[in-house]
Amino acid sequence: MYAQMIKTASNGIKPREEMSEEERAFQDKIDNDIKIEPRDWMPEDYRRTLIRQIGQHAHSEVVGQLPEGNWITRAPTLERKAILLAKVQDEAGHGLYLYSAAETLGVSRDELIELLHEGKMKYSSIFNYPTLNWADIGAVGWLVDGAAIVNQVALQRTSYGPYARAMVRICKEESFHARQGYDAIRAMAFGTPEQKRQAQDALNRLWFPALMMFGPSDAESTHSEQSMAWKIKVKSNDELRQQFVDQTIPQIEYLKLDLPDPNIKWNEERGHYDFSEPDWPEFFNVIKGNGPCNVDRMKDRVAAWDDGEWVRDGLLAHARKKAARKVAAE
Amino acid sequence: MKNEWPLWEIFIRGQHGLSHRHVGSLHAPDAEMAVKNARDVYTRRNEGVSIWVVEAKHIAASSPSEKGPLFEPSESKIYRHPTFYDIPDEVGHM
Repeated sequence: MYAQMIKTASNGIKPREEMSEEERAFQDKIDNDIKIEPRDWMPEDYRRTLIRQIGQHAHSEVVGQLPEGNWITRAPTLERKAILLAKVQDEAGHGLYLYSAAETLGVSRDELIELLHEGKMKYSSIFNYPTLNWADIGAVGWLVDGAAIVNQVALQRTSYGPYARAMVRICKEESFHARQGYDAIRAMAFGTPEQKRQAQDALNRLWFPALMMFGPSDAESTHSEQSMAWKIKVKSNDELRQQFVDQTIPQIEYLKLDLPDPNIKWNEERGHYDFSEPDWPEFFNVIKGNGPCNVDRMKDRVAAWDDGEWVRDGLLAHARKKAARKVAAE
Repeated sequence: MKNEWPLWEIFIRGQHGLSHRHVGSLHAPDAEMAVKNARDVYTRRNEGVSIWVVEAKHIAASSPSEKGPLFEPSESKIYRHPTFYDIPDEVGHM
């Protein structure tokens, strides 16, 4: 989710009889739900696909701090400000867990950050939408983190050990994010008419971008098959999207807000809510770099990296000097 | 020289009386900063009472290919477990 449209580094699933002995043993482990650990043998394509997916996931956590950071100084109360600060700090931590998981696959964090800044890696499309007012911050926690949880709970069962363990930690913290978001939007939905209007507006604007977080429909998601066989992906995009819709509609109804899509309707036969597909051409356009905030987000990320260079270098120079002195003294 | 901060492995003692456990890793220029960063990243919700940090390159590990020779021999030595021995009921708890 935070990883969308990950191109699997392979040309379809290899039939078992074409697999080498190592590949067969690897696939057997996955089929038996035995986790793959960093130093275990793994196919090169598995490793490459995981680096792409975990890297994109990590980038999303870090870029995701920007739309929320925008509101820290303007939170309506000191309590809301402390909560938002804690949430944004968590996102930095999530980025760190994920970069660490990716690093066990033989890529360094700085390399991944460079690839992002060169435009060779992406982050989730959702963070290319603006947060226009305080209600958006509530809606982001509730819907965006809510959607993230649906995806990440599934990923706790992913086949790569370090990734699965990072997900366990992240899910624990993410639950706080969704609940504080719902709490903030609830205060507005039951507040003054103007506050309620803003809550409704935030829901209307963020609903479809939240649905897009799960990636294109299964029919269009051409790379899923191998990732599912490797249990890098555990559930399909459409399955996860449906789960998110089903759990969120009653939450909207509780707030007495209007549903953001006229086609949302309970389908007795399927046992799920029907809903409209998001505007997929818009999604592909945002992914390509033409969303409302793509340029600003990358500018802010690159500036943070460049402006922090003297601090990183200074601390390292100091550490090296101290280490050299210690050696000299011995 | 490449200026990437080295990687540290972080161990946290969750409660008094328990041993330190590996919780994850992070980058830091030196040990002092690694402890500070570990405090910020891994103990924000009362997860710990003590932190150890070890630079990742100093950890020596067994190789996955040695798993068989290293760990399989103990599988057949069931007499090393207390449940291997039947103690007559009359003797009572032992």
